[in-house]
Amino acid sequence: MTTVAKTTTPPGTRTAAPAAGTRQIWGRTGLYVFLTVLTIVWLLPVIAAFITSFRTMDEISIHGFWSVPQQFTLSNFNEAWNQARVSRYLGNSFIITIPALIGMLFLSSLSAYALARYKFKLNLPIYFMFVAGTMLPFQILLLPVFRLTNALNLYNTHLALIIIHTAFQMGFCTFVLRNFMRTVPGEIFDAARVDGASEFRMFWQIMIPLSLPAMAALATLEFTWVFNDYLWAIILLQDDTLKPVTAGLATLRGQFNTNWPVITAGALIATLPTLIVFIFLQRYFIQGLTLGSGK
Amino acid sequence: MAAALQIKKPVVRRRINWTPYLFLLAPLALYVVWIIAPTFYTIYLSLTNWNGVDPVPGFVGLQNFERLFTKDRTFSEALLNNVRWLVVFITIPTTLGLGLAMIFNNEMRGGRWYKISFYSPLVMSLPVIGLIWGWVYHPRAGLLNGFLQAIGVSSPPGWLGDRELAIWAVIIAAVWRQVGYVMVLYLAGLKNIDPSFVDAARVDGANRWQLFRHVVLPLLAPVTTIIVVISIIDSLRAFDLVSIMTRGAQNTQVLANFMYIEAFNNYRMGYGAAIAVVLFAISLVFIGFYLSRVIRDELEY
Repeated sequence: MTTVAKTTTPPGTRTAAPAAGTRQIWGRTGLYVFLTVLTIVWLLPVIAAFITSFRTMDEISIHGFWSVPQQFTLSNFNEAWNQARVSRYLGNSFIITIPALIGMLFLSSLSAYALARYKFKLNLPIYFMFVAGTMLPFQILLLPVFRLTNALNLYNTHLALIIIHTAFQMGFCTFVLRNFMRTVPGEIFDAARVDGASEFRMFWQIMIPLSLPAMAALATLEFTWVFNDYLWAIILLQDDTLKPVTAGLATLRGQFNTNWPVITAGALIATLPTLIVFIFLQRYFIQGLTLGSGK
Repeated sequence: MAAALQIKKPVVRRRINWTPYLFLLAPLALYVVWIIAPTFYTIYLSLTNWNGVDPVPGFVGLQNFERLFTKDRTFSEALLNNVRWLVVFITIPTTLGLGLAMIFNNEMRGGRWYKISFYSPLVMSLPVIGLIWGWVYHPRAGLLNGFLQAIGVSSPPGWLGDRELAIWAVIIAAVWRQVGYVMVLYLAGLKNIDPSFVDAARVDGANRWQLFRHVVLPLLAPVTTIIVVISIIDSLRAFDLVSIMTRGAQNTQVLANFMYIEAFNNYRMGYGAAIAVVLFAISLVFIGFYLSRVIRDELEY
């Protein structure tokens, strides 16, 4: 395995066949040029939004997007943050996301523990129900959940969103955590049981600490999912002042109809929290993405 | 011995029986009330003409479905657009994502930064992506038409305002996001491949293409299956981009947005429920397929 891998590294090839070596260097350079161009083209929409957010709409409408910017201004960000209330929307997003995250991780670790550690008749059926639930189209839930929140006087409250996110994401979290917990060897618990630890103590003091890496990955991924939700926000909230940033952006879009610099500035600010989470917790984020599928 | 077993057995069974249910009590209650029961309730609502106000929905049988499949042209438009979305989703991001994963699977300088560029759209919310691409497609001042005019195209298309092109323009924005996701999944799959398979093929004199075609690709088959299922489910869920970019105008309606408009803008909740049930029924085929694989994995244990 290692020997074959080594032959592909430059030093080995260079001494063996110089011609192949230069060809490889050209190939490398070509690949880098290709990738760099591709990356820039790929990110062009974001770059365009970024540049637009520092310009004025007057200038763009007169000279076009591809003209050399005459002046840079921060006023679009100011306008998006204050007048378009993006600051408010962002706060709402956190108020919804954080409790939902805590709720779904706690509840799904309970169900995952039960499904991973105990043999009982309904174990697999319940597990399959959770798995199937993760793939439901949201539309099948909209009307009853809308009606239920109305009946419980939760319509137009953050709590309604917290509950539905907790409930819906529990399926995926249970799926991931259950499979992780099954890899924890049972002997660890036997010792604790001999010492007279209760079932809940074994869950709380042994399983939870052991599951923290999986939970961190899940939390990172779920943070972006819940934070980026748009559909539930427009179904369950009515007041503009309660809206998370995704739904708030839709309002902003209508309000600043043709003022694209303010719209793009708002969109960029809205992305900051998930971007920061992604930058600092990148490894967890990637792990989280592959958790559900690549096991 | 036999006597000891007989005494022991009932005790053990009773203890095992209740603990897991105690752990499951709260999560399961929440799941049943907010996810499972609503699914069935929507199926019931689809058989009514509920308008959201009447305390008791009026039962109309299969009338909603009859109208959907025989009279409603927006429904067939939405269905067709979902199929378009689905076909693009299972082909283009899958191919591109696999290609990128093959490139980035090799150690290379700066590879990390290239990778980040491709999966950064994943952290953006769909409304943000919809706005950014809406600006790209802007008929006069936008990035795309500005460029087309600069290279001499006198009357470039209106993209989101063009009935023929709008849906494809929306799908491209969705693909842009999906590629990074597929790439991540394939990279994880490639990492799991046992290098000895690849080495054995190399020793047998396989060239790069043969290696890819006959060794790597078959070994990635399980990952590919998952990716295809995820892509299908995602394309059936398509809502945010359509809602933000076109609101379903210009021939871009999809089932999810159509359901939303009928139920929450037109207050035809029974009819909306019927659309949701159709969407659910289509999803069910793929949920069933995925579930059957999960079940198989479990029974092999």
